[in-house]
Amino acid sequence: MSVDSATVRRVAGLARIAVSDAEADALVPDLDKILGFVEQLAEVDTSGVAPLAAVIPISLRLRDDVVTDGGDRDAVLANAPQAEHGFFAVPKVIE
Amino acid sequence: MSYRIQGATGEWEVVIGLEVHAQIATEAKLFSGAATAFGAEPNSQVSLVDAAMPGMLPVPNRECIRQAVRTGMAIEAPINAWSRFDRKNYFYADLPQGYQISQLYHPLVGEGSIHIEAGEGAEKRIGIERIHVEQDAGKLMHDQHPTRSYVDLNRSGVALMEIVSRPDMRSPAEAGAYLRKLRAILRYVGSCDGNMEEGSMRADVNVSVRKPGEGFGTRTETKNVNSVRFVMAAIEHEAQRQVDVIEGGGRIVQETRLFDPDSGSTRSMRSKEDAHDYRYFPDPDLPPLVLDDAFLAECRESLPELPDAKRERYISGLGVTAANADVLIAEVSNTRFFEPLVAELARRTGKAEADVARAASNWLASDLFGALNRLGKEIDASPVSPAQGAELLALVADGTLSGTLAKQVFEIMLESGEDPGAIVDARGLKQTSDTGAIEAEIAKVLAANADKVADYRGGKDKLFGFFVGQTMKAMAGKANPAVVNELLKKALDG
Repeated sequence: MSVDSATVRRVAGLARIAVSDAEADALVPDLDKILGFVEQLAEVDTSGVAPLAAVIPISLRLRDDVVTDGGDRDAVLANAPQAEHGFFAVPKVIE
Repeated sequence: MSYRIQGATGEWEVVIGLEVHAQIATEAKLFSGAATAFGAEPNSQVSLVDAAMPGMLPVPNRECIRQAVRTGMAIEAPINAWSRFDRKNYFYADLPQGYQISQLYHPLVGEGSIHIEAGEGAEKRIGIERIHVEQDAGKLMHDQHPTRSYVDLNRSGVALMEIVSRPDMRSPAEAGAYLRKLRAILRYVGSCDGNMEEGSMRADVNVSVRKPGEGFGTRTETKNVNSVRFVMAAIEHEAQRQVDVIEGGGRIVQETRLFDPDSGSTRSMRSKEDAHDYRYFPDPDLPPLVLDDAFLAECRESLPELPDAKRERYISGLGVTAANADVLIAEVSNTRFFEPLVAELARRTGKAEADVARAASNWLASDLFGALNRLGKEIDASPVSPAQGAELLALVADGTLSGTLAKQVFEIMLESGEDPGAIVDARGLKQTSDTGAIEAEIAKVLAANADKVADYRGGKDKLFGFFVGQTMKAMAGKANPAVVNELLKKALDG
């Protein structure tokens, strides 16, 4: 698999990371190398091997349906860059 | 019979699939201990997990899983005892995690179906592809500030079932019937309150059109439609729009659209081209969900009798008419009134339930529903209880009340909430079969209307009703109509 500059910019966009064109070009060989390294795994024959769901053989623990949390609006909003009237206030996101 | 859109180039068939998001009825959220109650102060039901603070770990709520499993069983779908949660990645202001925890690859519930009747006895099974469990997002408000959107995370992390139908529906009526039936099943099971106004149930509507017999056309998805009526309107509008576009030489683009309830139309929701690349992967915070046999057995054993089974039992077992049975089973709250009503009426009259159920269903479907409609009340808030209804019907069955008197007593019950027996005693509304008293009134009526008596005897049979009316009036409505008829016949015909 080979990565081009457009792919780098697209991945960066999806991850909301600002990348200039020059940075994107510089990242192309880096990402190519990373993917090439991981692709070595494809050399192993895994036919007949069930996919591994978790590294240690555990399953989910479940909790009871009881309200044990919440009710602390100020703590929830404490780190917000902007909060008004008990809401987070963010740049308008409607078209 | 089939629903078709008449276009300039001929008939078009509509193909519909629905993705329903149903909020699971629990006290706490899917992965946190914050409350789920509707209408709370903004951000007052948010844990640090729901706000996606670094280092917080999700722990699933057993009841959310249990209710989704029971719902799956109710649509006769296989339950996957091994399932897993995945991350669906996208950025939006209502999603603090930057991903929604959902189930793409290994959903909890497999393929099932539900049976619908879309009017005129048109029966059909609609396939359900899967049900999976996922988190809801927060709520955005755009109209409170000129340059800011306000975010309320109370809904963030609330458990949803996404119930995905197959593209098996072919008309707005079928889609409406499917939604109503699905909502009824959810309410029977108790897994969702089905309250579309409060957003507990919302539908994404997939629509495409094709010439009958051809392959599927390109579909559009209209998001978050929140009433049965709107879903039907959105389908009608969107199908017509697609036909117009295609016949005008255009092409349908696979896109997300919004329904505008005010105009009844849909419009394109541009943007987020990239956002459709969700880069799903298994959530490393959550090991696989493995359900044991005891858990699954409890889910199955705790399932109530479901609408289809109930309808069958009401009709064949209890002798209720098909029309009444349909009305009764449509909402579980109706059956919760009807069944104790029948049981109590059977007890009071000493008869079998099958011998009293039809009368009870008639009274419920016409008298009580009529009154509730008039009062603008739901059956849960009925001023007359099942026990009181049964007492009233028993008073009719044993001849204490005529039909007319029963209606009078019923009106008083609606206003006062008193028991019918007490009303009858206090107001002397008992029907009388006292032949002496009735004969005395008949004699007076005949004496006062000698001309009509002559007409009647001269062949004007229809006047009989007039005499019945006059006698009943003289008796203040309390005479037993059968006795009045008999005595009048005797007096008039000699």
